[in-house]
Amino acid sequence: MSDFVYQGLIGLSQAMYLWLISAGLTIIFGVLGVLNFAHGSLFMLGAYLAYTAYGLWGFPFVVAVALSLAAVAVLGLGMERLFLRHLYHLDHAYQLLLTFGFVLVLDDAVKLVWGGVFKIPSIPRFLDRVLPVLGRAFPIYNVFIIAVGVMVAVALWLLFERTWWGRMVRATAADREMAAAIGVEVPRIYAGVFMLGAALAALGGALGVPVRPASPGIGVAMIVQAFVITVIGGLGNLSGAFVGSLLVGVLSAYGTLLFPVFELFFIFVIMAAVLLLRPQGLFAR
Amino acid sequence: MRSPTDPYVSAGPAEALTRPSLVSVPFLRVGVAMALLAVLAALPFVARTYIIYLTIQIAILALFALGFNLLFGYTGLLSFGQAGFFAIGAYTCAKILLLVPSLPLGILGGVAAAGVAAVVLGILSVRHTRIYFAMLTLAWGMMIFSIAWKWREVTGGDDGLVGIPRAPVRLPGLVAIDVSTIDRYYYVVLAVTIVAVYALYRVARSPLGLALRAIRDSESRAGFAGISVATYRLIAFTIAGLYAGLAGTLLPPLENTVTPPVAHWSTSAEPVLATLLGGIHTFVGPIVGAALLIILKDVIVRFTVHWSIVLGATVIVLVMGFRGGVASMVGERLLRLRR
Repeated sequence: MSDFVYQGLIGLSQAMYLWLISAGLTIIFGVLGVLNFAHGSLFMLGAYLAYTAYGLWGFPFVVAVALSLAAVAVLGLGMERLFLRHLYHLDHAYQLLLTFGFVLVLDDAVKLVWGGVFKIPSIPRFLDRVLPVLGRAFPIYNVFIIAVGVMVAVALWLLFERTWWGRMVRATAADREMAAAIGVEVPRIYAGVFMLGAALAALGGALGVPVRPASPGIGVAMIVQAFVITVIGGLGNLSGAFVGSLLVGVLSAYGTLLFPVFELFFIFVIMAAVLLLRPQGLFAR
Repeated sequence: MRSPTDPYVSAGPAEALTRPSLVSVPFLRVGVAMALLAVLAALPFVARTYIIYLTIQIAILALFALGFNLLFGYTGLLSFGQAGFFAIGAYTCAKILLLVPSLPLGILGGVAAAGVAAVVLGILSVRHTRIYFAMLTLAWGMMIFSIAWKWREVTGGDDGLVGIPRAPVRLPGLVAIDVSTIDRYYYVVLAVTIVAVYALYRVARSPLGLALRAIRDSESRAGFAGISVATYRLIAFTIAGLYAGLAGTLLPPLENTVTPPVAHWSTSAEPVLATLLGGIHTFVGPIVGAALLIILKDVIVRFTVHWSIVLGATVIVLVMGFRGGVASMVGERLLRLRR
């Protein structure tokens, strides 16, 4: 019993990394209609930049995370302004291929700059404690991750439902031409949404730095899982992405415990089944 | 789209939908093909073993990419799971060769297995288009990858299958030709490639190829014209799967081993890159792209291990500025010169 609860909590904290990357992917798809293959690479870059600022240069952890967010957001701005913007009128395949080009460049650039080794600095002192859960020691850091994930979810909900900018974004997502006609500056909305999405991915990567090894492969590993989640939740559906992240995070935590051999296989079976039976996602209204 | 008065429109309605290219001039086309065949046939007499090895790799990728382009360039469906069929071909061929040393049996078995998988997964996939199709094929590919990676008893797990022989071309009661040297194996690959490329060329120029392009240009218009969109998509998906499988079967005898990365989605990306590089609007595009990709890779790795950064930058430049690819670019230049 205590194993079951413990593993569930571990899964819940893992789900939050998935949520942060899937949230960005979903927002960008929902508004721009672009499925960003490079989103995992932005996650990875967020991790490496936070590692550099925190682990190598000795900045406080929170500052390091903020720096990494800002840097990746600027990179996202560049990707949207200089490249993606010129492809919106074309078939979606070209956007997918462009972002795939970015995957190749960014993943290799990371190896070039940081080398291929696994990096893991120590946990910041104020989070380096444990919490007794049913007689076992649960790291406070995981509680912190869960709290951040939930806070981001609430913040995004407030942003999209309660602010003027959020309303403009929703109008653009619903009908780009009509939004432009009533005075929404669509190109700026697109740039802003892409920056926000990139920053969310970077946040996920940066927060993982003290506990998950940053390696050149995490980008690809994360994007494939994020694809599964966005498919399960429904492409472009933000609350679906949240529930989907919890589902995949917790299920794979139990999966590794119960049937480690076919965990990966079952995740893709679920993805294919959702695409075939309910392509609008499990949680579509 | 070209005008009917264009003097370089050659015979056949199938041609009218493609952009002008090098191969749209029949005489030039046959001449170039003959010259290329002569060079390829003479290659083992003049070239080093390493060149032969690279040429075999080009042939494998060319077959893989040609099948992919029937799906992408002709039918308008972007698949990210072609490595799955490539791997089914490769693993089946390897299994057969480990049991029965007969190369034709290995190749046919691998192609058949890939074809069956393509029909089954195709039936499930072809009603979905755009992003959903790309995601679904990614899921199929990764399912096959996880089987190759984890089902240790059959696939050898992450070690893969080793000691696969370059088995003789054995036809029961007729002949048994030894092809264990790389030069001899090269001729097998060359023969298979020529037959397969010619067959696909005929398919692309047939009414079937025309119907596929009609679906790509407008699904609803093709439907109104009486084309059964789902059936034609399934046919294209199956042919693409067969060619991916065929390409896969040629790999294990070359390398004597087959490992799970052949099923990974980064392998699915290779025909995508080759096709994009060569050009999606011409039949020869994927062949040109396959040659460029393998040669480019070989040259770049001499200077740096960071070969994929160069490849990624190439992809970005191609998508941003040269969506026609190299083959159409050269073709258009030549046509302009002749004018």
